[in-house]
Amino acid sequence: MTWGWIALAAAAGLSATPAAAQEVRTLGKLLLTGGVTTVEGSAGGGLATWAVVTGYETREGIGANAHATLVELPDYQFRAHGAAVGLYDRVELSYTRQAFDTRGTGAKLGLGKGFTFRQEVVGAKLRVLGDAIYNQDTWVPQVAVGVQYKNADKAAVIGLLGGQDDDGVDVYVAATKVLLAESLVLNGTLRATKANQTGLLGFGGPGADDYTVQFEGSAGMLLSKRLLVGAEYRSKPNKLGLQEDDWFDVFAAYAVNKNFSVTAAYADLGTVATFKGQRGLYLSLQAGF
Amino acid sequence: MLKALIIAAAFAGAPENPSPTYPNEEAVEPYVQSNANAGASPFADKAMWAAFGGRAGVDRIVDDLVDRSIADPRISEIFKAHDLVRLRRTLKEQFCYILNGGCEYTGRDMKTTHRDLGVQNADFNALVEHLQAAMDREKIPFRVQNRFLAKLAPMQRTTVER
Repeated sequence: MTWGWIALAAAAGLSATPAAAQEVRTLGKLLLTGGVTTVEGSAGGGLATWAVVTGYETREGIGANAHATLVELPDYQFRAHGAAVGLYDRVELSYTRQAFDTRGTGAKLGLGKGFTFRQEVVGAKLRVLGDAIYNQDTWVPQVAVGVQYKNADKAAVIGLLGGQDDDGVDVYVAATKVLLAESLVLNGTLRATKANQTGLLGFGGPGADDYTVQFEGSAGMLLSKRLLVGAEYRSKPNKLGLQEDDWFDVFAAYAVNKNFSVTAAYADLGTVATFKGQRGLYLSLQAGF
Repeated sequence: MLKALIIAAAFAGAPENPSPTYPNEEAVEPYVQSNANAGASPFADKAMWAAFGGRAGVDRIVDDLVDRSIADPRISEIFKAHDLVRLRRTLKEQFCYILNGGCEYTGRDMKTTHRDLGVQNADFNALVEHLQAAMDREKIPFRVQNRFLAKLAPMQRTTVER
């Protein structure tokens, strides 16, 4: 199902190529307008996925990014790295590997010191309408739909916790609007998901194998062409009954140029696997074109 | 002589509100002059015009914008065979009109002026980058720049080829 969808999305992107364009152009977008890379590998903020397509390509070209992300929490460490391509500012395909390292906490949880939950996230996003930047004379945002296939590696532990599956699919619709006259960037996303801690702790829980719709939102202010500062919120399901909290962050995304950007945030992930107050520094580096 | 005849012929069938002629500019097909051709509504107050340094400031920004654009290999081709004297004048009028500087815009509409130029999004954005650089040079505050760019942004729909 996932790959069929991706193929469909890719075909839609290719058909959107202007017939007149003989050459594939790169770096045509304005600074920061491809967003940065989220923990799940999609273009967006840090925790929230946006409707923008990764890379600096316009509809006449292609772009791509690689990213590496680290979140240092009191009792855990989260890492992610991956890559994404943007096709004709229409389709985004992404692949990211996440690691949730329990470090010393693993022993306290009975999992063993340094026990690390990992998962792969394969994403596809299709921009379906609007333009976040150009259409400043209307409230209509840029809207994209997307899918993320997630495959977690610790099936045995997930089963012991009560998780129903070690893989799952999130489906989302994202709306992004730049209010240029106010130098504001706004985003709202609805995500249908079964994922526990984005999927690292599996999908579904005891008696809770249905999809629920979660919200993720970002609001940022452009302080310069290179610098966006803002805050994010992401609601989370609680299917395992282990107390899974909503996520918050305040972030600053800085584009050194169109090839390199740095995002720093202070993220509050709440309680994770019974350990409360998981707040810490989020740092993400992105390189691409 | 031929040019004069063409202009005369054009004026014979011209609308009541003919476009004025400028001696240093190439003749264009007759059109109805209207501020609506500027492609954006002006700001209501005078604050933006003042923030841009009035006529002197806007003139410098437009000249810098054109200079940067024709020197940029990404988009210089688009400006080849273009009447740059007329372009500078009409751009200054357009900016002045939108910034509520009290000007009338005498140029043609955005769709007509960009027809067959083959402008792509990447070209539109390159021009925006040059405008930002020109505004930076004039020390226009970033938020003020964005208020102006918000007026220009929808012109992507009428200037970029589908």
